[in-house]
Amino acid sequence: MRIRLSKLSSPHRGGEGQDRRRRRALRFGLAALLALALGLGVAACGSSSSDTIAVVGYSTPETAYTKSLIPAFQKTSQGQGTEFSTSFGPSGDQSRAVESGQPADVVHFSIQPDMQRLVDDGIVDSGWDQNPYHGFVQDSVVTFVVRKGNPKGIQTWDDLVKPGVEIVTPNPFSSGSARWNLMAAYGAEIQEGKSPAEAEAFLKTLLEHTVVQPASGGDALTTFTSGKGDVLLSYENEAIAAQKAGENVDYVIPDDTIQIQTPIATTKDASSQAQDFVKFLYTPKAQQLWADNGYRPVVKSVLDKNKSKFPTPPGLFTIDDVGGWDQVTTKFFDETNGIVTKDEQDLGVSTSG
Amino acid sequence: MVVRRNAGRWGLRAFALGYLAMLLLVPLGMIFYRAFEHGFGAAWDAVTTADALHAFYLTVLIAAIAVPVNTIFGVGCALLLVRSNFRGKALLNAVIDLPFAISPVVIGLSLILVYGRFGWFGGWLFDQGIQVIFSVPGMVLATMFVSLPFVAREVVPVLHEIGDEQEQAARTLGANWWQTFRRITLPAIRWGVAYGVVLSTARALGEFGAVAVVSGRITGQTQTATIWISQAFSKFDTTGAYTGSIVLALIAVTTLLAMNIFKRKEAPR
Amino acid sequence: MSVAPGARAEASPRPVAWPRLGGAALGRGLVTAYLSIVVLIPLAALVSKSSSDGLGAFWHDVTTPQAIAALKLTLIASLIVVAINVVAGTAIAWVLVRDRFPGKQLVNSVIDLPFALPTIVAGITLLALYGTNSPVGITVAFTRASVVLALLFVTLPFVVRAVQPVLLELDQEMEEAAASLGAGPLTTFRRIILPNLTPAILAGAALAFARAIGEYGSVVLFTGALPFKTEVASVFIFGQIETGNTNGAAAVSVTLLGIALLVLLVIGRLTRWSLRHGR
Repeated sequence: MRIRLSKLSSPHRGGEGQDRRRRRALRFGLAALLALALGLGVAACGSSSSDTIAVVGYSTPETAYTKSLIPAFQKTSQGQGTEFSTSFGPSGDQSRAVESGQPADVVHFSIQPDMQRLVDDGIVDSGWDQNPYHGFVQDSVVTFVVRKGNPKGIQTWDDLVKPGVEIVTPNPFSSGSARWNLMAAYGAEIQEGKSPAEAEAFLKTLLEHTVVQPASGGDALTTFTSGKGDVLLSYENEAIAAQKAGENVDYVIPDDTIQIQTPIATTKDASSQAQDFVKFLYTPKAQQLWADNGYRPVVKSVLDKNKSKFPTPPGLFTIDDVGGWDQVTTKFFDETNGIVTKDEQDLGVSTSG
Repeated sequence: MVVRRNAGRWGLRAFALGYLAMLLLVPLGMIFYRAFEHGFGAAWDAVTTADALHAFYLTVLIAAIAVPVNTIFGVGCALLLVRSNFRGKALLNAVIDLPFAISPVVIGLSLILVYGRFGWFGGWLFDQGIQVIFSVPGMVLATMFVSLPFVAREVVPVLHEIGDEQEQAARTLGANWWQTFRRITLPAIRWGVAYGVVLSTARALGEFGAVAVVSGRITGQTQTATIWISQAFSKFDTTGAYTGSIVLALIAVTTLLAMNIFKRKEAPR
Repeated sequence: MSVAPGARAEASPRPVAWPRLGGAALGRGLVTAYLSIVVLIPLAALVSKSSSDGLGAFWHDVTTPQAIAALKLTLIASLIVVAINVVAGTAIAWVLVRDRFPGKQLVNSVIDLPFALPTIVAGITLLALYGTNSPVGITVAFTRASVVLALLFVTLPFVVRAVQPVLLELDQEMEEAAASLGAGPLTTFRRIILPNLTPAILAGAALAFARAIGEYGSVVLFTGALPFKTEVASVFIFGQIETGNTNGAAAVSVTLLGIALLVLLVIGRLTRWSLRHGR
């Protein structure tokens, strides 16, 4: 096909067009160079000074840190004049980032394996959990998040698998921290006296009633608040935050549930100020701030003071009661032989057929 | 025959616009609605915090570096692909599109594997005091990675379409390759380049996954607009998140309009 | 300067004519260096990581039932999306270049928005619009159709923007000649215009395909990411990374890349064929 060639170029334009184009090219080149220089400049001053405490944490406590805890610390005599840089994101991502060299003085994750990774790499001292609280500065529990007014009357784990109830829980293979929910279900059954085989069967039933397994806890909450499902398995602090933000949800704390313990530590290279900060987080003042933000204090006196907000479930247990993360990961979530893996596979095969 | 033509034109228009409306305009309307649900004031406040402003600045800065570089090399790639012959051309052709096919998280991973502190080059770079990952240069790299194909892909079909007769003719008249390029090729491919630039800019502005991984997400320092928006969502600040998205969209539209003006001034036809 | 009428613009496979040898080597060197720094070396690191436990582990990671399900869904959905885009994208480009209607410039400006929008915003918006509480009554969220819908959204601009520049450069004389000889609009399109657009359409299709198979942000939320049902490869890969199986993630990524490369090579071949045989 012929192209009208006069459109292609105007060689008759001559000097004027040439000059204009040359100047434009020059301006363009200068702009690019300038941008490059600026970029490098920003990169250079982006690095933190040695006095800055770098906090790298999982995503949920961001508001607690930036609005409450850090300002409170900066008002104390130890914290006077300290500067902070903060980074929050999915726990696994953050842990891997620190492993790949992201500077961090204080690290706070949502599951212990994310901390263990750094211990194995020598970034965090293996004695990080040798304080009276075993390295956990706050905790939470797995709860049932329901529509406002709890129209389906969900109170117990058995209520979850009643006919017609649709469950939302994050995908345990996309998110390590999503595994808390399933282990809560398993452990609750054991607490109620069921045998391991029965508890495993319950897990399968639970998954059968699950209509969607979003990739992360945050996605699961969004999916639920957008209208999908009758009940969401989530952490108490997420439910509280959602309510505070005006979402039309209520939450129920089942009698038997797991305690979600989030590990915190300073890195080996951290300054003494960073260590002061972590110590500060255990003081009654800071613990009350955690409580105000929806997290359960670990210091008993503060927890007792907030009892009405954080009733202790009679059947509360920890991950160690069901075998600890190492055993649980292999037994339930191994990619070929894990119990949950097989359940998901069976469900997938039967529903896609 | 005229009636048939008109019916055809209306039909086509209806199909195209209807498709666009359902796929694009309705979601867009939703975003605007959500952004201004609580009023203009709330939306304004949400996106003018110090962190938000820095995030937008950083996004624009990264795009300002990544897009021109990609443009230059994109045009170079296109010229190589269309106007010269060498072994492995088909492979280069396919490789150019690959950056898209990789999940953004994996892009971040691969960049860390190479430029991270314990990566292939990262250790040496770190010793020279150059921090790539968890700093702006790494984010620029990630952005260049994801927006690489656009300019090349836009320019290649146009180069094919116009053929190289004029270039050959200029050559026989004694023009060197730079003159030929600047005065014959470049004006001919300018629409392709323009659209390529617009697409890469839009892509660079909207990139999230890969940049998030290599950025370290340091508030006020290495947060781009998209990272800021995702944090806003997780803090239930939906107004901020949606308004921020509109700002990004506006920046992209501005690029397109700027390109249009640039074209019009360049050569009145 | 003009060329005699009737001469055809050829795609030039002629070697060395442009540019001169010295410039070519330098140009090739620079382009290679750039591609290496930004793309090729990181890709090599990825391949290296994926096989760091040996090929047996690589194969195992790639053939778990969940991986296969994810790969299958991704490929099929992407191919469907490309097919739809080829038709719709060309139509939209046509309307934007050849047609006239009020608001055309506005429509032209919003075509690129799927890119500028952070993909998570796209996902959340799609969820709000076509999820359980849909204001328009369409509730495809969490189904396989949702995968296609989300991918259509993010790949919208590709074919459109690839065809537009070519349409703009296209000479209408042949069409007018054909019309005056009695050809209907469809025949003109099929035998005169389309062959010239085919390379551009294929280029846009290639981009759309590559993007579709790698898309994460808009898909992950809207589709519910149910393993074996609505989980695409990128979400599966993300899950592998999150649960510590980085090698597995790299392995599936490399496999996906390999498949993409194959498809892109095929499209490249199709393009060359169409250039040689089109008028």
